[in-house]
Amino acid sequence: MNRRSYLFSSLSALVALAAVCVGCNKSEAAPQPGPAGSAAPAKEVTLLNVSYDPTRELYAEYNKLFAEHWKKKSGGTVTVKQSHGGSGKQARAVIDGLEADVVTLALAYDVDQLAAKGKLIPENWQTRLPSGSAPYTSTIVFVVRKGNPKGIKDWNDLIKPGVQVITPNPKTSGGARYVYLAGWGYALRQPGGDEAKAKDYVKNLYANVPVLDSGARGSTTTFAERNIGDVLLTWENEAALMLKELGKEKIEVVTPSLSILAEPPVSVVDKVVDKRGTRKAAEEYLSFLYTPEAQELAVKHHYRPRNEEVMKKHEAEFPKLTLFTIDEVFGGWTKAQKTHFDDGGVFDSIYTKK
Amino acid sequence: MLKKSGVLPGFGLTLGYTVTYLGLLVLLPLSALFIKTSGLDLDGFVSAVTSERALAAYKLTFTASLGAAAVNAFFGLIVAWVLVRYSFPGRSICDGLVDLPFALPTAVAGIALTTVYAQSGAVGQYLEPLGIKVAFSELGVMTALTFIGIPFVVRTVQPVLEELDNDVEEAAAVLGAGRWYTFRRVIFPAVLPALLTGFALAFARALGEYGSVVFISGNMPLKTEIVPLLIVTKLEQYDYAGATALATVMLTASFLVLFAVNLLQRWARRSVLS
Repeated sequence: MNRRSYLFSSLSALVALAAVCVGCNKSEAAPQPGPAGSAAPAKEVTLLNVSYDPTRELYAEYNKLFAEHWKKKSGGTVTVKQSHGGSGKQARAVIDGLEADVVTLALAYDVDQLAAKGKLIPENWQTRLPSGSAPYTSTIVFVVRKGNPKGIKDWNDLIKPGVQVITPNPKTSGGARYVYLAGWGYALRQPGGDEAKAKDYVKNLYANVPVLDSGARGSTTTFAERNIGDVLLTWENEAALMLKELGKEKIEVVTPSLSILAEPPVSVVDKVVDKRGTRKAAEEYLSFLYTPEAQELAVKHHYRPRNEEVMKKHEAEFPKLTLFTIDEVFGGWTKAQKTHFDDGGVFDSIYTKK
Repeated sequence: MLKKSGVLPGFGLTLGYTVTYLGLLVLLPLSALFIKTSGLDLDGFVSAVTSERALAAYKLTFTASLGAAAVNAFFGLIVAWVLVRYSFPGRSICDGLVDLPFALPTAVAGIALTTVYAQSGAVGQYLEPLGIKVAFSELGVMTALTFIGIPFVVRTVQPVLEELDNDVEEAAAVLGAGRWYTFRRVIFPAVLPALLTGFALAFARALGEYGSVVFISGNMPLKTEIVPLLIVTKLEQYDYAGATALATVMLTASFLVLFAVNLLQRWARRSVLS
């Protein structure tokens, strides 16, 4: 084969592949004008709800409930697809182009990034729905071994020498950031508590942590399956699930005197719903979360409801404790993230500075 | 240069596809990596890649990967030898087992290894009193990396051993060579290039491994954090530039190592032929 025809055929291979690629793009782009163009009452709507890990079962049930409601209300059918993963990872997927109509994540910080990095939603997204756009809440509680052999009652028991604490790595897990901030807030609110004391507290706390798993489920496994540690710090709903699975003869749940109010936020992704013409359904999907029916469902999956009547009905299931919010103590998630968890932040310094 | 392309037609066409394929799947994502890194100025880059935690993580990642690759090179050679040279009941099962680490999702491997080697695990409970801590230590990281690298050495060495004629060994024996001498001067040089390839592949695979290691390492800052974990923590902060900076360092280092192994391999092959 001579040089020319060699060049020619490799070029034509390139062109062929390029053509295929262009073809792909086109065929992908083609159907889009369809749904967007027919923004008028769509008979069939599909929504993508990008969420974090522990909400899988909650939303599987909620989607059915919502489909019925939507049918009654608009006569059309709605199919909601779910995607679950670590909260931060999910937010990054949406920023990078995953077409989520709604996000239901673990931290407001991750939703903030959709506004800051992705410009997908307005900065004031949190004011668009009641209760700071968090339709259900949770908190951080302790799980101890049967009989509570180390006598762990409250946060100050966690820093005693010889107590092994299991909690995931705040650098990689959203839930773990709540744990850290809860401990910080506790120390701050003790008599004579200040920033320095709080820092000492978290330093002592993490000195008692032998393993930093990358996520909440990993920590649960370490504690429950590997029998490592005396106490696991975890979500209230995760603790309830553990109790159901492992039974009262193996573990106990201890509710501390004070903890943090975890507010998993929800938001419509404006850029996506406007492009796909799904705004109406997406907004209804989120506001329906605040109705008593949906709130009951949240209770079923061990989230604390926002609706006061529903809460009153289930008071016995949720032990009373003082709860503080991130906004009250830390001035919001973005600030808390920057001070405590970013590189060179307080969390890093408790490991690097002696 | 291009005159001798063989009797079969289609050289140009297939080369064109090769270049495009590699370009789209390898070079394009990699160049995106470098472009993202360039969002960082030099100071930012240097401070991102030379922080105390990053340095500790490089050290752990490279030593554990090298260690794992070395262990695999040694035992992989033995496994390949046994599988090729001897026939015994259950040989094909052993042969199949070798590939399992490829098929198993790495997270599953990590969880399984942790279960076995944790202080309450099947093996861990006996090692713990001896003062050997595998899970949640550097040793655990190496164990996970060894596990995922097993197939590479076996599968690269195996075909070479199969090709090696018994006659050669018999000839060596007839000419008066002892067993050890035959192995050292006849068999080993023939296998060496393949062994090096297997070593390099196992090493490269270990460098990038995340899924299995995060479960067994315990992820303690400065102690058992691997570089891929640091990259993930940077992404958690939406620090794309910092994450890609670390990735760039890893990529460059691995490329240099792989390149060096390649040269070594070429040299080994040449010294066999001459």
